[in-house]
Amino acid sequence: MNTDNTNTEKIKVPTMAEYMAQGKKPEVLFWVGCAGSFDDRAKKITKAFVKLLTKAKVDYAVLGTEESCTGDPAKRSGNEFLFQMQAAMNIEVLNGYEVKKIVTACPHCFNTIKNEYPELGGNYEVVHHTQFLKSLMEEGRLRVEGGKFKGKRITFHDPCYLGRANDEYEAPRDLLRKLEVELLEMRKCKSQGLCCGAGGGQMFKEPEKGNKDVNVLRTEQALETKPEAIAAGCPFCNTMMTDGVKNKNKENEVEVFDVAEMIAQAQDL
Amino acid sequence: MAILGQILFFIALVLGVGFFTLNIKKLIRNIKLGKAVDCSDRKGDRFKQMAKVALGQSKMVVRPIAGILHIIVYVGFIIINIEVIEIIIDGLFGTHRVLSFMGGFYKFLIGTFEILALLVFVGVVVFWLRRNALKIKRFWANEMKGWPKDDANYILYFEMVLMGLFLLMNAADYQLQLSGAAHYAQQDGSIVGAFPVSQYISTLLAGLSESSLILVERSAWWLHILGILFFLNYLYYSKHLHILLAFPNTYLAKLQPKGEMDNLESVKQEVALMMDPNADPFAAPSGDEEAAEPEKFGASDVFDLNQVQLLNAYTCTECGRCTSECPANQTGKKLSPRKIMMDTRDRLQEVSKQIDAKKDPKEDGKQLLDDYITREELWACTTCNACVQACPIGIDPLSIILDMRRYLVMEQSAAPNELNVAMGNIENNGAPWPYNQMDRLNWADEN
Repeated sequence: MNTDNTNTEKIKVPTMAEYMAQGKKPEVLFWVGCAGSFDDRAKKITKAFVKLLTKAKVDYAVLGTEESCTGDPAKRSGNEFLFQMQAAMNIEVLNGYEVKKIVTACPHCFNTIKNEYPELGGNYEVVHHTQFLKSLMEEGRLRVEGGKFKGKRITFHDPCYLGRANDEYEAPRDLLRKLEVELLEMRKCKSQGLCCGAGGGQMFKEPEKGNKDVNVLRTEQALETKPEAIAAGCPFCNTMMTDGVKNKNKENEVEVFDVAEMIAQAQDL
Repeated sequence: MAILGQILFFIALVLGVGFFTLNIKKLIRNIKLGKAVDCSDRKGDRFKQMAKVALGQSKMVVRPIAGILHIIVYVGFIIINIEVIEIIIDGLFGTHRVLSFMGGFYKFLIGTFEILALLVFVGVVVFWLRRNALKIKRFWANEMKGWPKDDANYILYFEMVLMGLFLLMNAADYQLQLSGAAHYAQQDGSIVGAFPVSQYISTLLAGLSESSLILVERSAWWLHILGILFFLNYLYYSKHLHILLAFPNTYLAKLQPKGEMDNLESVKQEVALMMDPNADPFAAPSGDEEAAEPEKFGASDVFDLNQVQLLNAYTCTECGRCTSECPANQTGKKLSPRKIMMDTRDRLQEVSKQIDAKKDPKEDGKQLLDDYITREELWACTTCNACVQACPIGIDPLSIILDMRRYLVMEQSAAPNELNVAMGNIENNGAPWPYNQMDRLNWADEN
């Protein structure tokens, strides 16, 4: 197998429209999300995840230009009207393609589509990409052993909308265990994990007056574990933690990765 | 003479319970000012949640020291109250230790009560020390100045005094039994009850005459029961209602995943109309629509909140676990989820007073927003649910914050400008940033 040039090899990303044109339906829809589509850092997560999907021969497709914001930041900012408009449009598209299963690398999209769309007419099986990768491994479709991160000191930052909001704490940790990392827990973790500071629309505004930024406090908690890298499972957490590490002038020592990126890198994808 | 005591006891009991009932009625009236919520679903899950969280105190022990102390005080409080049944029967019928016919079991009961009373006393003293000597941060936040701080201490003093009186009463009784006093001692000289704790206090009373002992015993007995009746009525005016409301509150608390926030019904109708290609934008509103007042979006006052949220406010005992877990609060922002609950209750009580004075509470020129809860507090929330997770009795401060944000955005268009920009982008190009929706798949062609 030639794995050396896969890093630069372009992967064809199929869209739902293409599938429809061929009269086919994919096994799963990959909901990319706004950050995953537009944010330079988050796009790397998207690509890493797509590589894993390809590697595991998952029959997937994306909505591409037909995807739109789930409305999560609008809803949490209090703009229920805009949220429900976005939801209605997305549900129309998703139902039009008769989507059954959705995977996303963004816990905010995950939470919104999974919990808030059903009542508005959108009923799908929704999984977070860490849950999906875990199930691929359990089914033997994706294999990962050690690799680049084996024995490395890694701490995992729980995204609020995956953890507390939906009680999923173990899927990302199980993946890290597969990578045989030395998993370190912060003093505030799992159900008591501290927010990165981006939720509830905070990502898009300046914080209120205080004595510290939330992401800096969370980064301090992460750095207390003396990690070689910080693992995240959310594009917004990723940005906040990356900024926090820079704030602490540790960007040359501690990298921030999405769990999917770590698996892709471990496999030299 | 004895009958006079019984009459006085009866009057005290009727007044105490009666006044308490009136206040509970008022409390229900006030909660009903909120919007009705349907919580008739998933009864089994709701009972399970109540059993686990309220009865079983499962979330209290997340913080082990406070949790275990609280369980001691809670179990002691419930079990010692069995003794109140006997006190009430004795008081009404002029009997003395009417349940003592149970013999060995009675000894076991009284002995258990005494040990629990001592444990409760010690627990409460440690609570007091944590508040006032160790000065644990969450008890010294801004919103805890003045009445909330005093209120917390009064409750602790009260519990200390009640436990002390209970033990003193038993100590004097034991001494009277030992000295063979009429009405107290048994014919055969056996001892009624067991006094594993108060026997030590009793040695201090050994020198007193029989009449003094009776005075001590009677005074302690009367003060104990009057104290309980007073405490019962103090509940409504204090933060201590949680001893009752924790049960309905955990029963009614949200069962869905914490991340799920309700989809506003009023908005659903509007959106359905907008998405309906057959809707006639120029259609005249039908008769009954015109008559109905257009529903307000979100909450600016307690009337706009729902009944569970108002019950939450009465249930809050101001422990501050929510605030100490709040990311905004920990980084020095003004937001404190506990203050959100305290403000909601304070405003509701203010409204209650106006209703009592036969005034229209909606016309007092005040509201929950701005007069109690500032916009700066509301916008500092990251909706991370740490406060909801931390609350040991199922209070949801986040739902109030969200409802108030909804009012600010949908009724007043008063979101911070950067958020308006992000929402404008979502509206125009389907992402919070100003990127063209047609570029959404560009990442696939980039390296």
